[in-house]
Amino acid sequence: MLGKIFFLLCLSSAWAEDLCSKAVPPEAYYVRLSIKTALGDKAYVWNDNEMFLFQATLAFAMRSQFSGQEYNVSNIVVCDETPRVSFWFVVTSLEDPSRLVSRGDVEQAVRKSRNRINSAFLLTDQTLEFIGITPTLAAPVAPNTPPWLIVFGVVMGAVFAGILVLLVLPLIQKKRKKNQPMEDEDSDEETQVKTAENGPERSGVYNMSFSDDDKFTQM
Amino acid sequence: MGKTEDSGVQERPKWDNKAQYLLTCIGFAVGIGNVWRFPYLCQIYGGGAFLIPYLIALVFQGIPLLYLELAIGQRLRLGSIGVWNSISPLLGGVGIASMIVSFLVCIFYNTIMAWVLWYFFHSFQNPLPWSQCPINESLTGYDVECEKSTPVNYFWYRETLNITPDIAVSGSLQWWMVVCLASAWCVVFICFIKGIESMGKAVYVTATFPYLVLTIFLVRALTLPGATDGLLYLFTPDWNILMEPRVWLDAATQIFFSLSLAFGGLIAFSSYNPETNNCERDAVVVGVVNSATSLYASISVFSILGFKATTAFNTCRTENILALTNHFHISDQNITLENYDTWFEYLNTTYTEEVAGLQLRVCDLQRFLDQSASGTGLAFIAFTEAVLEMPGSQVWAVLFFVMLFSLGLSSMFGNLEGVLTPIKDLKLLPKWIPLEVVTGSWVTCLISFLISLIFTLGSGNYWVEVFNGYVGSVPLLIIAFFEIIGVIYVHGIKNFSEDIYFMTGSRPNIYWKACWMVISPLMLLVVFVAYVIVQAQDHPTYPAWDPSYELFPETEVRPYPDWVFAIIILLSSVPVLPIPLVALYRLICRRRTSSARAEPNPYSNDGFEIETQEQYNQRSEKV
Repeated sequence: MLGKIFFLLCLSSAWAEDLCSKAVPPEAYYVRLSIKTALGDKAYVWNDNEMFLFQATLAFAMRSQFSGQEYNVSNIVVCDETPRVSFWFVVTSLEDPSRLVSRGDVEQAVRKSRNRINSAFLLTDQTLEFIGITPTLAAPVAPNTPPWLIVFGVVMGAVFAGILVLLVLPLIQKKRKKNQPMEDEDSDEETQVKTAENGPERSGVYNMSFSDDDKFTQM
Repeated sequence: MGKTEDSGVQERPKWDNKAQYLLTCIGFAVGIGNVWRFPYLCQIYGGGAFLIPYLIALVFQGIPLLYLELAIGQRLRLGSIGVWNSISPLLGGVGIASMIVSFLVCIFYNTIMAWVLWYFFHSFQNPLPWSQCPINESLTGYDVECEKSTPVNYFWYRETLNITPDIAVSGSLQWWMVVCLASAWCVVFICFIKGIESMGKAVYVTATFPYLVLTIFLVRALTLPGATDGLLYLFTPDWNILMEPRVWLDAATQIFFSLSLAFGGLIAFSSYNPETNNCERDAVVVGVVNSATSLYASISVFSILGFKATTAFNTCRTENILALTNHFHISDQNITLENYDTWFEYLNTTYTEEVAGLQLRVCDLQRFLDQSASGTGLAFIAFTEAVLEMPGSQVWAVLFFVMLFSLGLSSMFGNLEGVLTPIKDLKLLPKWIPLEVVTGSWVTCLISFLISLIFTLGSGNYWVEVFNGYVGSVPLLIIAFFEIIGVIYVHGIKNFSEDIYFMTGSRPNIYWKACWMVISPLMLLVVFVAYVIVQAQDHPTYPAWDPSYELFPETEVRPYPDWVFAIIILLSSVPVLPIPLVALYRLICRRRTSSARAEPNPYSNDGFEIETQEQYNQRSEKV
């Protein structure tokens, strides 16, 4: 039993090396990571452990997409690793290591678990790119009332309130004035009578029509 | 004083204080054009060198005309129609022409206010709606039209205007624009509800707020990277440009339109002044403040445009870096903005064909700085793009659009006043209607709103450009020319000097007289002729936003169809027609009824003649 497993492992790694030395098969997906762009100072170094994590995450993605099929790290073959941190990978099928899982299946698996794969590496859709698998764009949050209508409502409410106030106030003031002059005239007469008794403090009504006279003629 | 009495004699409204009057005039003169037209002209006409023709035009044409309008309005205390009727009945048409032009400008100007309001309402969101493209239905990509152009362009042309590809295609009324237009007119109405009493108070805010915002923007912009590049670019003078006649023409027209002359609004404002107001100082103050504001605004605007150009330059280079990094499998972030040039040299020399195959964009800071924009392109595209890059975008967007709104609102006051005061003075409306209704402001606002619904159609933006280019240009030059001829030659320079002596206590000096009698009319005539020649040289065209155009996102330059051309001719000539028509009409009337002379001057009662200084001297000598 152990012997068989050992043999299979050797075979698969030999097979993997074989695969890498050939041309890129059509089922392969090209992956590109931009760790420093995403994380800046907190960027981790890409090494074999990280690659192992990648293979494990992808195996997890395949497992969650095709339930029951137990994909393993050895099923994820990675080739052509560059200093850019880019490489391509293929997924070998469970029954036959020489057969590769189709592109469509791999794509479905990656799409389904894309979020989990991204967060395993602290990256985003733009910094962990699977060339050929376009990220599903998040549906925009569409509030029930467009926010601009709310602002519009507030502004217009204030304007209409202002219009009402400015139109109604003078009418109220006019009504008050109409009531007041009736009382003013009575008090005026009394005071007039008083001043007539006390002496001429006001002699008649000040006639305004000649107030500008100085400007026209100089006598 | 200043309020109406129930007994019936309505006193002419007055300003509460001098500051209100000055702020209103400054607010009228300082408008959106100071922010979005002057910096553009400075940029395309050699930066600092443009200031020379600009200042010359200001000194010899702008300020004298301004003084003339303020003085005549203050002396005769009537709106534009009344003033010209008083000077000579044959010139009555000048006032009517001013009123028509003011009305037409009101209509399209408030549409711009509606656009500003729309953007203002949308600035309260995070993220700003013009920062991202909307996603298409299948959620796999962005809207095609937005992809090809930019999100900012898309938001302006599609989500705001919903523009049609051609001016002949009218489209339908865009309900959101109608709503914004209605709100803009409501805001104007509330400021006008009590005539200049309410307007005078509103102007404390609308005239001063833009300066505050410009200062804030200036301080913020100067701290952004690339601001100094923008400023250097703006002010580096290119002296050769002064040889081109177009520079002088554009400087003269810019001064003229910037000061809002010949609209009748300034005459109306100064007619509410007490008669002894020093209008000479007012004219100089308003003229100088207007030009200073233009300069100040262009510093702010260009700092921000410099920042925008630098950001675009960096984005361009970052894209190239990414392309190189991906292709040559170089480690991430090995190529940075700083060492980009050395890396590029190395890669280009070693792997020339591969680099050529990558088709990298050519990133040149000068080219980004050269992208000039004026008018709506500056405010709604360039500036909104710049605001996206600034931290705290919503705040800057809100501030900017409130500033534009107050600038436009204070100019709208003048435009509307140029329509309302003549109506009031002509006593077209009966007296039994109360004040708030008889000022006619709500009637004018309602009629203007209904007419300006044209601009809320799909092709509305094209029509605004038509109005902007042809209503607010040639007719104003003609009206101003007749104004100056009317006052100086028909009314007489002696009478006018006496009027000014009566008002301010000193006669106008040789500078004013020389300008009024010779220099300004000559300049106006030259500018008018040159302007007409330049316009007539080629068939007018307009830039159309057509997604099916092959060079899409660039705008396609199309000629106006013939019927639009006919409308353009109408717009330029109809406002000016009253001048000859009224003159003819009055001449005919005068010949028919020889007994009834021209309308008496309300200030000339034969019983009391205004003595001139000479008559007084003669009389005192006799005594």
